[in-house]
Amino acid sequence: MSPTHHNVDFLLMQMTESLRKLISEKNLQDPLFIGIRSGGIWIAEQLHNNLAISEPLGTLDISFYRDDFTRIGLDPKVQPSKLPSSTQDRHIILIDDVIKSGRTIRAALNELFDYGRPASVSLVALIDLGCRELPISADIIGSNLNLAPDQHIKLIGPEPLSLEISLR
Amino acid sequence: MIKIENGRLIDPANHIDTITDLYIDSGKVVAIGNLPEAATITQTINATDQIVCPGIIDLSVHLREPGFTQKATIASETAAAAAAGITTLVCPPTTQPVIDSTAVAELIQDRANAAAKARVLPVGALTLALKGDQLAPMASLRQSGCIAFSNSRQTIADSQALLRCLEYAATHDFLVIFNPQDNSLVANGVMHEGATSSDMGLVGIPESAETVEVARALLLIEQAGVRAHFGQISCQRSIGLINMARNNGLKVTADVAIHHLFFTDENTRGFNSMFHVQPPLRSQLDRAGLLNALVTDDIQAICSDHQPHEAAAKHAPFASTEAGMSTLETLLPLGLLLVEQGLININQLIEKFTCAPAEILGINAGSLEVGATADITIFDPQATWLVTEDSLVSAGKNSVYLGSELKGKVIHTLLAGELVYSTAQ
Amino acid sequence: MIESIDHNSSQLNQDGQLKHFLTTQDLPINILNEILDTADSFLDMSSQQVKKVPLLRGKTIVNLFFEPSTRTSSTFELAAKRLSADVLNLNISTSSASKGESLKDTLMTLEAMHADMFIVRHPDSGAAHFIANQVTPNIAVINAGDGRHAHPTQAMLDMLTIRRCKGQFEGLVIAIVGDILHSRVARSKIHALRTLGVAEIRVIAPKTLLPKDIEMMGVKVYTDFNQGIKDCDVVSMLRLQKERMNSALLPSEAEFFNLYGLNSERLKLAKPDAIVMHPGPINRGVEIESAVADGPQSTILQQVTNGIAVRMAVMSMAISGQLTSRISGS
Repeated sequence: MSPTHHNVDFLLMQMTESLRKLISEKNLQDPLFIGIRSGGIWIAEQLHNNLAISEPLGTLDISFYRDDFTRIGLDPKVQPSKLPSSTQDRHIILIDDVIKSGRTIRAALNELFDYGRPASVSLVALIDLGCRELPISADIIGSNLNLAPDQHIKLIGPEPLSLEISLR
Repeated sequence: MIKIENGRLIDPANHIDTITDLYIDSGKVVAIGNLPEAATITQTINATDQIVCPGIIDLSVHLREPGFTQKATIASETAAAAAAGITTLVCPPTTQPVIDSTAVAELIQDRANAAAKARVLPVGALTLALKGDQLAPMASLRQSGCIAFSNSRQTIADSQALLRCLEYAATHDFLVIFNPQDNSLVANGVMHEGATSSDMGLVGIPESAETVEVARALLLIEQAGVRAHFGQISCQRSIGLINMARNNGLKVTADVAIHHLFFTDENTRGFNSMFHVQPPLRSQLDRAGLLNALVTDDIQAICSDHQPHEAAAKHAPFASTEAGMSTLETLLPLGLLLVEQGLININQLIEKFTCAPAEILGINAGSLEVGATADITIFDPQATWLVTEDSLVSAGKNSVYLGSELKGKVIHTLLAGELVYSTAQ
Repeated sequence: MIESIDHNSSQLNQDGQLKHFLTTQDLPINILNEILDTADSFLDMSSQQVKKVPLLRGKTIVNLFFEPSTRTSSTFELAAKRLSADVLNLNISTSSASKGESLKDTLMTLEAMHADMFIVRHPDSGAAHFIANQVTPNIAVINAGDGRHAHPTQAMLDMLTIRRCKGQFEGLVIAIVGDILHSRVARSKIHALRTLGVAEIRVIAPKTLLPKDIEMMGVKVYTDFNQGIKDCDVVSMLRLQKERMNSALLPSEAEFFNLYGLNSERLKLAKPDAIVMHPGPINRGVEIESAVADGPQSTILQQVTNGIAVRMAVMSMAISGQLTSRISGS
């Protein structure tokens, strides 16, 4: 079976609105957008644009914080994390493409906290596949999906963005 | 009477190379070819497809006793010599204490006689404790069996002292052996100085460390009029210097250690401490020069320069290891490899192993005419064997050939007509 | 019949990843670039409030120094701590007898303590190779300087400094000046620079401080500093050990500085944007004039910062290489 592709523009529009609402409801002053490499950055760029945030987007590479280093070793293509300014006392919007076990978010939170103590962290993800292994939940989800065990999802991007579902 | 039948007898001293029978009685060769009249054969050794030659004479074998018995003993190494087809070996004075007293010289020979595996000819020290200042009692040492005199690699820096040593040796017509090495040029060096040492960051020993001393020695040998021999030449240019002196009428001889004919400084790459030797393995050019000198007979003899070590001596970073290889039992197979490679023929090889070193030492050995002492090596030039720690008889397992298969296997070794080694049932 | 050891068989695992870091010699360019890229990532981490990552948490790293060097051992210690590893500093004298056996005993004791990595400095060339061949598999060995042979992390921190200052290696002309003979740094740099593809490597020294046949390493030899520095992009000064002075190698500090010291006048002969490097600590007025060492073209402090990042990179890569070779091996 050939992989199927799904447009994500509609999901992104919905997420933009949910995020706008979340920011005003929670009164998140001057939120700092941070995307997790690499799919998370593409999603974050879109939301960042849509909401016309002036402060540059932060990017996070969690390679040094992964909990599976002892099993899979170091990613040879590790890139620096780039955070525009201190995270101390900031309201952070953390953005990833797919959330599943929650381990990536755990690593990202650990790294974030090494940059300072944020006032709050809100989590945004395009797709939630369930199957959580850690007590982590997103504040905003584009869509929930249940995949068969042999199915695999991947965000293709950055331009245009689309979701690819394929068999392993 | 022992009959060695149907072997290929090679006796370069007598220009013999033929398949024949050899008869031995009371430790001597009594007949070649035809059975002497009224003889009873008590033992027959079948040497079909094997080579029968004079026992090998090795000009440099470090026995390590007295002083370094953690490395090897006279008993262990003479047994290894017998297994290697070597019946006479020359041991340098670098024991502890050094061979500068009749007591040490006699002790070594007593132990060798007790082991009864090979003849051991000690080399006496030229100076007391090899310190380079005071003359050793050469005449007494000679009476106690020292075959020659040498200061080994502890070169006598003071030229006047060296000259006096040579003059004293000349007085008695003793042979002086030089292992030419200017230690101020060696300094902390551990390998040949060249591109490889520069690359590896190991301190190099320049070629001049040998050639400077060869040049000085040649001039002083000439002045003193002493019989002299150069042991374990490593540089092509040393041969040139020696040849020049020979052309001027000086009678000097030289030998080479077998490993210098096979390896160069390149082998040191990777820091394998087994290749840490003194003098160092030199360049490709030097190796080529040494091989050529074998052919032209500018180098008369090949020795093992056997230096057994305990494992710990080699188990450290390169520069902290002790120099020397265990080479006794690989001497003959490697010599045969030179023949197989077409460099020299089998007669030339056996000459460099037997009558040539005998002539250098001035001893009556290394030949098998009727009446000669029956020191005989019988080997199968085609048989192969695997070099392992177990197959090596020597206590020194520091061979670079561990795990390699070599061609040429000693079958019997006879020392004055007695079998001292035999692989046959 | 007798093979010499190929460097890479001892420092790369079967997947071609770094598992020991012993020398820059013969390392493929992709590994050198990976070290530089990973180090770049660690460099940017310095903006973090907590200047460490949990990558090597629970790993034990032993600084095994057979030659005293507070500077090098402390940069390795800091690098290890920034990776959250536990560090044990051991200074061992090599003067004791039967060196080989005692070294073996030391290694076995440390292995029994479940060390994951040895950082080795030793006065003997080849010591790091020796130790890498001795230790049980799964223990990574990093060479922190062995005799005159290699000092690969120092070389790579210089590579990182050059890349960050110059952007790339293509077309660069680099001069290495001073005591080449005794310098493990010079050897490791030459190998790395050749692999990374610079245009020209020059060595500048009097003949007493040049190793024999150094040209065979692919460098141009100059004995005149003023000629050798001409149009250089990078001037890399070496440290001159005090004990070399007033020996048969060199007549005096003053004469050395006159002929091979870097001063502002000489530096003008290099390209205007040339950078000046020195591994430190500097002998001011012997190898380099203070005005140059502290001047705008000097990268000496940047080298220190880069040194920690490079050491973090090779430590994580080597542990990673050991782990993955165990996985694919099992």
